[in-house]
Amino acid sequence: MDVLKTTLPYIISGISVGGQYALIAIGYTMVYGILRLINFAHGDVFMVAGLIMVYLAASLPLYLAIPLVIILTVLLGFTIERVAYKPLRTAPRMSVMISAIGVSYLLQNLALYITGGLNKNYPQIPWISDRITLFGMETSRVTVITPFLTILLVFALVQLINHTRIGMAMRAVSRDFETSQLMGIQINRVISATFIIGTFLAAVGSILFFTNYPGVVPTSGAMPGLKAFVAAVFGGIGSIPGAVIGAFIIGIAESVIKGLDTILIVNGAIGEQIGLATFSDAFTFVLLIVILVFKPTGLFGEKSTDKV
Amino acid sequence: MKKLVSLALVLVMAFALCSVGVAYADNPVVKIGVFEPQSGDNGAGGKQEVLGMQYANSLTPTVEIGGTVYDVELVYADNASSNDKAPTAAQTLISSGVSVVLGSYGSGVSIAASDTFDAAGVPAIGVTCTNPQVTAGCDVYFRICFLDPFQGTVLANFAKNELGASKAYCLAKQGDDYSGGLCNYFIEAFGKDNCVYEQFPEGTSDYSTYITNAQNQGCDVFFSPVSTEAAAQIIAKADTQALGMPILAGDTWDSNVILQAAKGTGVNINVTTFYQEGADADFDYGIKSWINNNPTALANNGGNDELAAVTVMGFDAYYVALEALKAAGSTDPADVLEVLPSVTYEGVTGAIAFDDIGDALRDSAFVKSCNTETGTWDFVAVATVG
Repeated sequence: MDVLKTTLPYIISGISVGGQYALIAIGYTMVYGILRLINFAHGDVFMVAGLIMVYLAASLPLYLAIPLVIILTVLLGFTIERVAYKPLRTAPRMSVMISAIGVSYLLQNLALYITGGLNKNYPQIPWISDRITLFGMETSRVTVITPFLTILLVFALVQLINHTRIGMAMRAVSRDFETSQLMGIQINRVISATFIIGTFLAAVGSILFFTNYPGVVPTSGAMPGLKAFVAAVFGGIGSIPGAVIGAFIIGIAESVIKGLDTILIVNGAIGEQIGLATFSDAFTFVLLIVILVFKPTGLFGEKSTDKV
Repeated sequence: MKKLVSLALVLVMAFALCSVGVAYADNPVVKIGVFEPQSGDNGAGGKQEVLGMQYANSLTPTVEIGGTVYDVELVYADNASSNDKAPTAAQTLISSGVSVVLGSYGSGVSIAASDTFDAAGVPAIGVTCTNPQVTAGCDVYFRICFLDPFQGTVLANFAKNELGASKAYCLAKQGDDYSGGLCNYFIEAFGKDNCVYEQFPEGTSDYSTYITNAQNQGCDVFFSPVSTEAAAQIIAKADTQALGMPILAGDTWDSNVILQAAKGTGVNINVTTFYQEGADADFDYGIKSWINNNPTALANNGGNDELAAVTVMGFDAYYVALEALKAAGSTDPADVLEVLPSVTYEGVTGAIAFDDIGDALRDSAFVKSCNTETGTWDFVAVATVG
């Protein structure tokens, strides 16, 4: 019982962090699935969504600000694709990747210029940032909402991919880019749709994330973006359920490792601090290396077949 | 055609960079380098420290050196709160021909840049970098603030005697000389067996687990002298998770970033610092009206006129630099360096004089606590050791 009581808070916060990583990871994995492009700017779009919220909430009521944040972020994702990736459609894949890195730095430095590098306090969203008591532990409501909202959104997304025309087109394009073009699929529409969905989820993720950790700086997107990317690779890049499961595993593992010292001490397994908390980030990246060595396609990755 | 257009674009951009204007004045100019973070973790604090120098510069824009009146020009270099960018920023200042350097906020960047200043023989006056390493291995570094062994002891005594704590949770940022150093001195004074010490990696955003750790291990005080950016997150989490113990921190937390984060919450925060607002009413009035009349200054101070101690320290540092220039009678860094050890100055934050290794002779710190209803600091005590 004691073990459960001391461990539970870490697991709950880990699930919540995992949910937020999942929402970002889907953006990575979908774009990769269709364009074979690692969209390095995705984490920064997430940060920009946070900043948009900070500035909008200063002058607008929240019920207007939240939808507007989502719309503007989606617009940003769409514009990035049109301006920075679409002209390079026929260029080697490496050029697009470098363009993505460029966009990432552009967004970070624009944010640095606008905010002056200072921490911006994220507005409090009533109800979801309220404090609640769960199994005798204090936490905020957003911690509990995040995983459920994530799963709901993923469920909706899977329905969209499996049962709509645009979903079918996406699946076709991810299989074979050129053949689907020959079959009359308007490739640009499909790619735009992918970016719109990906940035929409990143915007929702950013609202949940920054409500939980209320401070936005130009580099806020870097670490969550990187972790989400690891989650996407871990789950098998290109696979949506893979990205979600990978994100939850990484979120929980990270959180438990940060508290492992305490869990072990409180339960009498070790006598004194051994400093495991320091390795929480290292663990994430070790996990990435291990999975790449033993299962290069990730947990749910598609098997690569050589096309002749 | 495309090639031409891109070539034209590149040329336009290149010329835009070169065309930064140069202002000419009648008086000769003496340059004082401002080596401060303007971005990154410590960007907010660095900007507040610079405010004090800018205010001092607006009050005293000229200095008489060896019979000639010089205009004082502040030359800025952003060390981006990053130890690997610090030497480059330091080099930028040296190359622009500064006579003396002020800064930096954050001990790590000061330590990282000390070799660069040393090699060039340019004296540097640390304003609020409290880690002993800043001056210890470096002949050109001086400082006007107290040191971490002192501050750590004051905080540990305060935790034991005033807060009645018997077990402390200490949280530092991995690889950060300031928070790591201060935690070590705190632990030394508090007793190693009664402390839980943990570090979080760069880029951490989820501090909830560290709060849970402190609660689970039954600590009575939460000591986390980390950057204000992390502090804002820690305060938010401490509130939602009902931390249930006072938070203690060093001079870094004496900032309105903390006040804003703590306002309206149920968190108990105590800090040690260099200056208590209200100690010099005329000075407070003057700098506040300057901040309020200057939109950029107001933004850099976090949108209100609450004074941070680092701003007041920046103000004093500017005058110490002027004293040194006057005493040297020349703008040559080598001459300034020679006279600096004997420079004394009666500042707003108290008397300033240097000891053999270039540290300030200071033996008292202010303890303040955060009033979460009004969002201001309440004075608690003047603490001394010994």
